[in-house]
Amino acid sequence: MTGEEDYDDIPGTYVFDAEQSRRGYHLNMFCMSLRSKENREAFLADQSAYLDRFPMTPEQKQAVLDRDWNGMLDLGGNIYYTAKLAATDGLTFQDIAGMMTGMSRDDYRKMMVEGGRPIEGNRYKKDWEHG
Amino acid sequence: MARIVAGASMSHVPAVGVAVDQGLTGDDYWKPVFAGFEKSKQWIREVDPDVVIVVYNDHATAFSLELIPTFALGCAARYEIADEGWGPRPVPPVIGHPKLAWHIAQSVILDEFDLTIVNNMEVDHGLTVPLSLMFGQPEAWPCPVVPLAVNVVQYPPPTGHRCYMLGKAIRRAVDSFEDDLKVVIFGTGGMSHQLQAQRAGLINADFDNKFLDMLVDEPEKAAAIPHVDYLREAGSEGIELVMWHVMRGALNDKVKAVHRHYHVPASNTAVGHMILENA
Repeated sequence: MTGEEDYDDIPGTYVFDAEQSRRGYHLNMFCMSLRSKENREAFLADQSAYLDRFPMTPEQKQAVLDRDWNGMLDLGGNIYYTAKLAATDGLTFQDIAGMMTGMSRDDYRKMMVEGGRPIEGNRYKKDWEHG
Repeated sequence: MARIVAGASMSHVPAVGVAVDQGLTGDDYWKPVFAGFEKSKQWIREVDPDVVIVVYNDHATAFSLELIPTFALGCAARYEIADEGWGPRPVPPVIGHPKLAWHIAQSVILDEFDLTIVNNMEVDHGLTVPLSLMFGQPEAWPCPVVPLAVNVVQYPPPTGHRCYMLGKAIRRAVDSFEDDLKVVIFGTGGMSHQLQAQRAGLINADFDNKFLDMLVDEPEKAAAIPHVDYLREAGSEGIELVMWHVMRGALNDKVKAVHRHYHVPASNTAVGHMILENA
């Protein structure tokens, strides 16, 4: 796919399309390796050395080391893959969702209990520019 | 002759599986989620299906970016429970129905749905959470399962219309199976949710409830919803709802909703659930 997509104007969202998948292949396959307990232990024992097993870009490796959850998505990561890194750290989907929105864990949880982020004002990028 | 007698749709949130496994279903937070499945458990005990077809998606578990089948039908005799990074869920292994599954594969391929045949795969929360919601915590699952994994992780997933038409092809396949079997089909995933980036936590109850209405009475209109509408209105992960169209396509044009449940939230997600019987 090239050029503009009909989903490009959705704010605060990465669509894991062909371009993202090509960019993030090795980053995501690193995350995939963390499905195995042995690999989770090896990664936690020496993170940089473990990352060097994968032909990832320096930016991707740094984003992993920094646990920059949005940064990983920006570099082609997919949430179902980066969630395996989160699991390695003992974090849940909700924990990292909160981090990606810049909210505290309690504030994010409270927002969800109160019905979640509303759709009004969150459909288009232009909604966010004027908000 | 085999026949599909009913369909059920439900979300498959991983935290719901954790709540079941850790005995938290009676907590204030979880009680309203699980209350809506009490009637469903009783319903399925009474229907007592011989086989359940579960339309679900794999979440980077059995399939990674190395291999991305759009539709993959499980033809194995048994499926082990996957370790998704938190250790495997303590639920029974899933027993397959290879004879029916192979028949469906042959039938739909000749019906021009070129799906992938799988003889070895682990199953993740996408498949096991719906089983827990409908069957509770038995020693062994009460019936064999035919898993149909749909890619909704790599964009684009199949269109709603393609899913709906595959449901119809599955119906024709089951109708032509020689053994006398009562089959129920589950369509899983959704409803509105976004797990990622700055818009995480999006919920759209209005979209979800209209979707539930449309699925009952206007299934073709529901199946025509374009991908961008799911992404924008129901959140980036809400696009899992395309899988519900497979279930709906496998039922009669006219159905009766015998049960409906909607609750926000389960973790990041709106939980939706319906049971549809052929009218």
